[in-house]
Amino acid sequence: MKQQIEGSQAVAQAVALCRPEVMACYPISPQTHIVETLSRKVKVGEIGNCQFLNVESEFGALSVLIGASAMGARSYTATTSQGLLFMAEAVYNAAGLGLPIVMTIANRAIGAPINIWNDHSDSMAMRDSGWLQLFAEDNQEAVDLHIQAFRLAEELSCPVMVCMDGYILTHAFEEVDLPTQEQVDDFLPPFEPVQVLDPQDPVSIGAMVGPEAFTEVRYLAHHKHLQALEAIPRISQTFQNIFQRSSGGLLKLYHTDKAETLLLALGSVNGTIKDAVDDLRTEGWPVGAIQLCSYRPFPSHALRHAAQNAKRVIVIEKDLAVGNGGIVSSEVKLALQGLPTIVDTVIAGLGGRAISKAAVIDTVKAACLEGLEEPHFLDLNWEAINRELTRQAEQRRSGPTPENLLREIGLSSGKAL
Amino acid sequence: MSYQRVKFYQTGTFTVGNRLLDEGDRTVQARTDRSNSLNSGHRACQGCGEALGARYALDAVMRATQNKMVAVNATGCLEVFSSPYPESAWQIPWLHSVFGNAPAVASGVAAALRAKGKTDIRVIAQGGDGATVDIGFGCLSGMFERNDDVLYVCYDNEAYMNTGIQRSGATPARAWTNTTQAVGTEPGNPMGIGKNLPCIAMAHGIPFVATASVADLHDLETKVTKAMSIRGARYIHIHVPCPLGWKSDPAQTIKVARLAVESGLFPLFEAEGGVVSDRTPIRKQVPVEQYLALQGRFKHLFNPRDEEALAAIQAMADRNIHLYGLLPTKPAMET
Ligand SMILES: Cc1ncc(C[n+]2csc(CCOP(=O)(O)OP(=O)(O)O)c2C)c(N)n1
Ligand code: SF4
Ligand SMILES: [Mg+2]
Repeated sequence: MKQQIEGSQAVAQAVALCRPEVMACYPISPQTHIVETLSRKVKVGEIGNCQFLNVESEFGALSVLIGASAMGARSYTATTSQGLLFMAEAVYNAAGLGLPIVMTIANRAIGAPINIWNDHSDSMAMRDSGWLQLFAEDNQEAVDLHIQAFRLAEELSCPVMVCMDGYILTHAFEEVDLPTQEQVDDFLPPFEPVQVLDPQDPVSIGAMVGPEAFTEVRYLAHHKHLQALEAIPRISQTFQNIFQRSSGGLLKLYHTDKAETLLLALGSVNGTIKDAVDDLRTEGWPVGAIQLCSYRPFPSHALRHAAQNAKRVIVIEKDLAVGNGGIVSSEVKLALQGLPTIVDTVIAGLGGRAISKAAVIDTVKAACLEGLEEPHFLDLNWEAINRELTRQAEQRRSGPTPENLLREIGLSSGKAL
Repeated sequence: MSYQRVKFYQTGTFTVGNRLLDEGDRTVQARTDRSNSLNSGHRACQGCGEALGARYALDAVMRATQNKMVAVNATGCLEVFSSPYPESAWQIPWLHSVFGNAPAVASGVAAALRAKGKTDIRVIAQGGDGATVDIGFGCLSGMFERNDDVLYVCYDNEAYMNTGIQRSGATPARAWTNTTQAVGTEPGNPMGIGKNLPCIAMAHGIPFVATASVADLHDLETKVTKAMSIRGARYIHIHVPCPLGWKSDPAQTIKVARLAVESGLFPLFEAEGGVVSDRTPIRKQVPVEQYLALQGRFKHLFNPRDEEALAAIQAMADRNIHLYGLLPTKPAMET
C-alpha cells in the first residue's frame, strides 16, 4: 500500500514484515528512528515472538546477533558511523563465521571532527570485511533491499549491509509502497541455517585455523561474493515478479547507450545525477549514468560491459581514501583496465555537504572541456584551506585544525561564530 | 616390583572425585556417565587449572541440563588449546567469536532460544580473567544488567596467559608477569587489590554469584549445579592456577589452589540477589607466604625478603577473612 512515510519508519516496517527473531540495537543518529520503531513493534507483539535487546554498545549489539544467528534465529540490527567502527571486530567476525545477519547502515561521516551528517566513509571502512553491501537510491529501494537482503543473506549464509544515506533518506518523507505480509512471506522463505548450535548434533564453530587452511577459508568467503554476483540479479528479478516493481540488482543504467560520458555513484545522489543527466542531454551533451547498487560484491564485469563504449567515467563518491584519493574510482579503474576510458574521481558530499545539480553539471562540463585534476574535490573552499596552511607554517602551536577552519570560514562568510 | 603408595585424602574431602563415597554422593566426574564435554586430547599444559576447572564446570552443567547446553567461549588459552583446526576437544555445541564479546554472544543465544520457545536448552559463556574483568567487561555488565538467562564462568589464572603471561586487571599485587617484571623499586605488579569481579557482579544484584576453586571440585560442581537451577544472569568465578604463568610445579596445581583458599586470599562464597548467602569456612588459616613461596612469580618477594610487601599481602588475606567471616573466631561483617 502506498503511504507518505518517513524512510526510517518504512524500513522498520519492512524489517518487521521479514519476521526477524532477534534484534539488538544501540542508538546513534541518524539510525535512531528505525530502532525506536522496531522496539515498539516488538513490545506490542507485532513481530511474533521476536526478542529486542537494548544493549550496552554496538559491539555488544552485533555480538548478540552472532550468538542469535548461530542459534538459527533471523537477526537484524542497524547502525552507522562511530557505531559501525565500534563494532568493527564483530563485523569481520560475523562475516568470517558466515552468519546471515542483516544490518542497516544509515550512512554517516566518521570523526574526528565529529559530524552526524551523511557520507559513505563508514560502510567503506568495512568494505573488505566480507559483508555484502547494497546501496539504496531512495526510500522505496531501501524498503525493497531490506526484504531482498534477508533472502540473499540466508541463501548464501553471508551477512548483508543495506546502506541508505543518513538523513537524506532516513529522515525524508516520501511516498513508499509498503508490501503486504503475504507478499513478503511469498518471497522470503523461513531461515534454514547451514550451521547451527544444536545439542542433538554438536558442532564447534569459530575454531582456530592456521596457515594450512586459512587461505582456502578466505577464498571460500570470496567465492560467496562471486556467487552473490549471480544471486543478486536473480533475487531482484524474483522480487519484481512478486512485488511488480524493479529494485536492486548489481547496477542500474540511465541513458548509457551511446553516452560518451558516464556519471557513476552510490546511493541517493543518483536522483540528483539523473536530473543533471536530463538537463545535460537537453543541451546536447551525450551523458548517461550508472548507479552502483551492489558495492560488495563489486560488479566489475557488469560495469565493464556497461561502460565499455564510454570515453569518460566520472565517479562521484562520498568518501576519501586519505593519502590516495577515490575508493570507488580505484575499483572502477580496475574494472575498466585495458580500455582507453578516462576515469575521474570527484570527492563530494563529505560530512553532509549538499551535492547540487548545478555543481554536477559544471563538473561534467569542466571534465569534458578541460579535464579534472585527480582527485577532484567538489566545491572545496581553497581560501580557507590556504589561510590555515599558512597559519600552520607560521606557528608551531597552531592549535586544533577543525576549530581553526571553522573560525576561518565564519570570518570569510562574515558570520559571527 | 617397586611401587609408590598413593595417598588418598580422607573420605569427605571430595578431592579425588571421591570414589570412596556412595555412588549418589560422588562428583559428576566420578560417574561413568559423565559427558566429557571438554574431551581428552586437547593441548593444555600439564597441570593446567583452567582445563580442570572447565571440565568440571561444563560436565556439571551438562548433568544439570540433561545434556542440553550450548557454550560460548572467549578467546584465550581454553579456546586455543581446545580447538586447533581441524581438531576440537568439544563434545558440545560450542561457539567462539572474539576476545571481548562472549557474554553478548551468549545473550544472543539465549535470546534466540527465547524467540524459538526452546526453554530446555541453556547457554553458558566462559572466558579467562582478561576476557572477563578487562576487555569483555562492558558486555558482561550489560548481560548482568539485562538479567539474560546466561551462566558466565570466569577461569581466573590472574593474567593474560594465552599471549604469554601479561598482566590483567585480575593480576595480584606484586606478581611477576612479562609486563610487570620483577625489576625496579617495586618489582612485579603494583600493590593494589585488582578488579574484584565477584563483588562487581553482586553489585548488579543478579540472582546468583559464586566463587569456586579447583582446590574443591565438589564445591565447584555444587555451585554450578545450583546456578543451573536458577534463571537469569549468573556468575561463577573459578580460581585456576596456571603452572606456566605462575611458575609453579604442574604437580602442585591443586595444592597451590588450596593454599590460596586456606590463606584467605581467595575466599569461597555464594551470593544471591547481591547479598552473600554462604561461605566456605577455613579450618585453619595458613600464612600467605606458604602460598606465595610455591610460585616463581613471587620469587622476588623472598630474595631478599620484602617484609613490607609480604605484610601487605597478608593484610589482604586477613581482610577477606574478616569480610566474609571465614574463620569461626572472626565474626562476619554485616553484608
Ligand atoms: C581484541 C583483542 N585484543 C587482544 C587479543 C590477544 N589475546 C588473545 S587471548 C589473550 C589473553 C587471554 O587472557 P585471559 O582472558 O585471561 O585468558 P587465559 O589465556 O589467561 O586463559 C589476548 C590478550 C585478542 N585476541 N583480541
Ligand atoms: S598457559 Fe596456563 S592456562 Fe594456558 S594452557 Fe598452560 S597452564 Fe593452562
Ligand atoms: Mg588469564
